Amino acid sequence: MGNSFVFMLLAVIAVGSAIGMLVSRDAVHSALFLVLNFITIAVFYVVLNAPFLAMVQVTVYAGAIMVLFMFVIMLLGAERLRGMWGDRPSELVFAAFLGFLLVVTFLIALVMEGKTAVSANMIDSSPVALGLRLFEGYVFPFEVVGILLLSAMVGVVILTISNKRGKNV
Amino acid sequence: MLDNWQFIAIFVLFAPLIPGAAIGANWLLSPKKPNRIKQETYECGVEAVGSSWIQFKVQYYIYALVFVVFDIEAVFLFPIAAAYGLLGAFAVVEIVLFVLILVAALAYTWGDGSLEWV
Amino acid sequence: MDFQPPIINLLIVAPLLITMGAGLFLMLLNIFCKRDGVYYWLTLAAIAAALVQNVAMWGHEYGTFIARGSYPMVVSDNFSVFLNSILLLSGIGTLLISRNYLHRTKLERPEFYMLMLFSLSGMMMMGMANDLILVFVALELLSIPLYIMAGLAVSRDDSKESAMKYFLLGAFSSGIFVYGIALIYGATGATALPAVYAVLEAGSPLAMAGTAFLMVGFAFKIGAVPFHMWTPDVYEGAPTVVTAFMSVGAKVAGFAALLRVFTVALPAMSDAWMGALALIAALTLIIGNVVALMQTNIKRMLGYSSIAHAGYLLIGVAAAGQHSEAVGSVLLYMLAYLFTTMGAFGVVIALEHKLGEGIMLEDYKGLAKRNPWLSAAMLVFMLSLTGVPPTGGFSGKFYIFRSAVEANLWWLAIIAIMTSVVSGYYYLRVVFYMYMFDGDRTEPVYAGTALKTGLLIALVGTLWLGFFPAGWFELAYKAVIGTTQLLAGG
Repeated sequence: MGNSFVFMLLAVIAVGSAIGMLVSRDAVHSALFLVLNFITIAVFYVVLNAPFLAMVQVTVYAGAIMVLFMFVIMLLGAERLRGMWGDRPSELVFAAFLGFLLVVTFLIALVMEGKTAVSANMIDSSPVALGLRLFEGYVFPFEVVGILLLSAMVGVVILTISNKRGKNV
Repeated sequence: MLDNWQFIAIFVLFAPLIPGAAIGANWLLSPKKPNRIKQETYECGVEAVGSSWIQFKVQYYIYALVFVVFDIEAVFLFPIAAAYGLLGAFAVVEIVLFVLILVAALAYTWGDGSLEWV
Repeated sequence: MDFQPPIINLLIVAPLLITMGAGLFLMLLNIFCKRDGVYYWLTLAAIAAALVQNVAMWGHEYGTFIARGSYPMVVSDNFSVFLNSILLLSGIGTLLISRNYLHRTKLERPEFYMLMLFSLSGMMMMGMANDLILVFVALELLSIPLYIMAGLAVSRDDSKESAMKYFLLGAFSSGIFVYGIALIYGATGATALPAVYAVLEAGSPLAMAGTAFLMVGFAFKIGAVPFHMWTPDVYEGAPTVVTAFMSVGAKVAGFAALLRVFTVALPAMSDAWMGALALIAALTLIIGNVVALMQTNIKRMLGYSSIAHAGYLLIGVAAAGQHSEAVGSVLLYMLAYLFTTMGAFGVVIALEHKLGEGIMLEDYKGLAKRNPWLSAAMLVFMLSLTGVPPTGGFSGKFYIFRSAVEANLWWLAIIAIMTSVVSGYYYLRVVFYMYMFDGDRTEPVYAGTALKTGLLIALVGTLWLGFFPAGWFELAYKAVIGTTQLLAGG
């Protein structure tokens, strides 16, 4: 069904929007590029037969996380960034070198692995199957995630709001 | 025969056309006689003062974060709802527990007074 | 498709349920009750209850949350019971030394106790998790409250800086860690540790990359070089009680998960990871100890010292494959580290008369005259950190070095002994300042009943481990033997 054509198209958009996010000097533009990137990745998940993950990508990342990004931009008023190269260009070069090394490592690993790697089609990732898996094998982590979100919430309250009882704030 | 995703693809293609057509028609048909006063930014008829890039209150942020927490909860509830017919009483107990944990978070934030606008 | 609930035995996770449930209860209590003392006592009671239930599970191997045809999600064996006891004791120790400190620095808020309980649950979960997914969730549950606790002194810039650095670097390392899990899943199609072990073939490049990524994540948590950069700044900026808590808790929990994941799931990769860990251990020992020489801030010095101790512990992990007693010696070392570090931080807290003041080496001048008991206690803790007999630190190092030698890691043992000698300089400098100088300090020393109790326990533990290490080592060794798979490689 022309999956490779879809893939190439999406890949160009995804990489392009990621680069756009990096080079854009306006934080709001960067955020919008990021939204585009998130949505493209969601389509990738659909192509990879993981519709639920696609939905999570859109609701959580393109939705909620982006809201946070926008709020931070608004809170800080830091919408204009400095020059492309930052304070220390040498660090950028070093980081790029390390990133390149990582990509090469992964390419080698993937080429050598080939046969044993899990392919996306082997797993039923429909929401129904996911719900079943969640409750058969992963009930405990699921409940713990609830506690985790709880502690994050406590952190929000402590660190952002000058609590009425917090004499120290 | 089209599968579900193809319907969605068609929808995605056509959806931008409708607002696009409306805006495009407006642009084509409207007379264009700009002058300085017309070009000014205004809000509800009041002239805008200063830049719109101002620092917002940190209070907005707590709402955003509370929203994220419950957004993640909703994401978890979705596959459960889909598989609900198969799951039975065990799942109900677990879901209720999960939701109650997060309700405790809301109760805490509320009781702490963090949701009050100051 | 049909559904069958997993087999659940809640008694096994009871220590976790008690601490998490207590945290949840405190959150709801916060709506009605604003008296701080209540939170302190409830937390202490919850941790004590969890400790009792935990110790009651000694000598058994349990698994719970077992899905049909799968491995248990959570396990409890002697290994996890031993480590959980250390963690719970560190919780009790933190509470004891924090009582007066939080009050006088006006940091006492119910949130401190909630976050501590949540973090403690995550720490215990690290050693009990039998699935990489749960290891990750536990890692987050232990870290996120710690990030927040580091920034508890909201009004102080150094506390904010500490929280920010810890959070940013911690988030990166979590990302790398979860990427490692994904790669291992890609190579094996499994996340349960025994399932990974069953499928994994030696030399799978994807799993190799995954192992390296997991190692980075763990190395960050335990503060091993070159992922240690955050440690001194975070230790210095965080409120001292939080520093004490994370220096023991986060480190022990990191080692718990490191040991279980690497020895249960990844023996097929053992050639690779043991070599890498030996190298990391050597770097950690050298850099941790050498940089500590230049510190004049006690909290910073203890930060580098904790890096150095991670190095000693890593020697034991690196030797784990060749010598069966090595893991036992790691556990013993952690026990000694618990008592000694808690005690040392207890003294630091007693001298920190104001938030962030009284923590320089200068402030220890003439302490022996001002408060002989406190300085005597500090003397013991410093000797123990150096590894001078008859203290717990010596016993721990003795067993670690022995297992290194028996595993033919001669070079590592030599580096460790040499760096131990170097470490004597900066530990004993504190002693020198306390006993050899006349101080002109007039600030009060805050040693309340709770702090004294904590120091006494730490002192007794340190000396007991020093005088009678054999019984304790036997206990630690039993903790490892129970975890049969843990020694599959040795």
